[in-house]
Amino acid sequence: MVNSSHLASRSAESGHSVESSYTVGDMALSSPCCVPNPHIRIHELCVAYGDHNVLENVSLDIYKGCITALIGPSGCGKSTFLASLNRLTDMIPNAQVMGDIEVNGDNIFAKNTDVNQLRRDVGMIFQKPNLFPLSIRKNLELPLREHGMRKKEDINRRVEEVLSEVGLWDEVKDRLDNSALALSGGQQQRLCIARALTLEPSILLMDEPCSALDPISSATVEKMIKRLSGRYTIVIVTHNLAQARRIANYAAFFWMKEKVGKLIEFGQCHPLFESPKDPLTAAYVSGTSG
Amino acid sequence: MRFNYFIFNAFLWLSTIIVLGIFTWLLWDLAHQGIGKISWGFLTQLPQRSGREGGIAPMIVSTLLILGVAILLVVPLAIGCAIWLAEYSAKNNPWAKYFTFALDMLAGVPSIVFGLFGYAFFCGFLGLGFSILSGGMTLACMMLPILIRTTESALLAVTDDWRRAGAALGISRLSLLTKVLLPYSAPAISAGLLLAIGRATAETAALIFTSGYVDRMPSSLNDSGRALAVHIYDLSMNVLGGDKAAYGTALVLIGMIVCIHVSANMLSEYWMAKRIKR
Repeated sequence: MVNSSHLASRSAESGHSVESSYTVGDMALSSPCCVPNPHIRIHELCVAYGDHNVLENVSLDIYKGCITALIGPSGCGKSTFLASLNRLTDMIPNAQVMGDIEVNGDNIFAKNTDVNQLRRDVGMIFQKPNLFPLSIRKNLELPLREHGMRKKEDINRRVEEVLSEVGLWDEVKDRLDNSALALSGGQQQRLCIARALTLEPSILLMDEPCSALDPISSATVEKMIKRLSGRYTIVIVTHNLAQARRIANYAAFFWMKEKVGKLIEFGQCHPLFESPKDPLTAAYVSGTSG
Repeated sequence: MRFNYFIFNAFLWLSTIIVLGIFTWLLWDLAHQGIGKISWGFLTQLPQRSGREGGIAPMIVSTLLILGVAILLVVPLAIGCAIWLAEYSAKNNPWAKYFTFALDMLAGVPSIVFGLFGYAFFCGFLGLGFSILSGGMTLACMMLPILIRTTESALLAVTDDWRRAGAALGISRLSLLTKVLLPYSAPAISAGLLLAIGRATAETAALIFTSGYVDRMPSSLNDSGRALAVHIYDLSMNVLGGDKAAYGTALVLIGMIVCIHVSANMLSEYWMAKRIKR
């Protein structure tokens, strides 16, 4: 439900650009964790696989240092949206992406974009941990060597840094040369996050990182994500509304309308959950549908 | 119902016993008839009296040289083609489809046709004459379809998860291939290579037309050389009283294949243990 005059007044007030495709949530005077500073700006993003439209006219801003949760039922394009943020959609045959995405002010679809640099800056963690069939050390070394780090001391130092950051150092420091696939699910997912952190990204994209884990590992990963926020901008797709409530600063609600995924509502997390503006959002977060 | 299960079980066991039985009988027959001939002398001496006496040293050397040439040529070509098919060609590329179709057809072409092609092209057109080189190159042609298809399957069987992880980390496709995907598929690729070698070592017809019949010790790759399979053919069909030697040669050939399998497996395991942790 969109009230354009209501939106026009809001946009004049808060001074940030608003598109007519979604309802702006209440921007409280005290910001959640930081001054809202857009890190990624998405404008009218449309994605189609062949002739099948997946996402239509999605526009929002991802704020620096904050955790933005993407919620909504399965199949409404949240993972596709995430994949387009670091141009992983390039890997999908027949994928057509239209619209603008700006990371730190640079359009990532420009002809002279260095995709490798983009992917260094925007890391991605997938639903199922996808560690390479190598030792723990080699899993972390591979991206470092690929991006130019040569000296053994530098590499070892970085390995220790990222493992400490995800809380794995004490657990694995005596078995760095053992297979990474021998770790438990929760440890593997934390190692995947560590692997993404080796390249010093500023943004982390997480596609349901806890859904393949048991509740205890899930809690550990969640705590770690919360610790990382502030220093990293995090966009997390989650089906677990309680988790979104616990960790997210902003939430974006997606829904399927006319068989295409659309962004229905975006705003600060608590207001969106407590008093959603759109009836679809209200129905979803209260559990009566979706 | 129980009777149906019984029949089915009996059928399974019977099939296994029959197949095992055939192989055992084959090997026992070979061993029984040929073991008398096997000796150090047999393996190291030159043949005398058209092969009825003496040894098969030149044949062993020729076979190894021909196989060596074939493997050196076929492995890089096949892995390159397979990587193109599996990783670089788009899913709906028509060239990939034609190429795959052609390979499947070639895999079924009888070896004598390859022999004639090898004779016309390598021996005649390229001027190599009857030589180990011609034989090796013809065998490489025969091994290509099998090796390309098995390597392609091995690469396609590797989960896409790693390709996505590699892309998200900005790792180039080449690096991902050489550091993760190829080492991981090494056992499957070497299984394909062993299959291809098996086909190659058995080829009598192709080799008669390309590497020739001469039973001298080859002094260079341009020399003609008689492979073990060709020698077995000659001894059993053209030489009276050559049966015992033929059996001995057959045993040596089987022994060579067993050694190749064992060492390929060992190399593959050793190399894997250093690079890949499953």
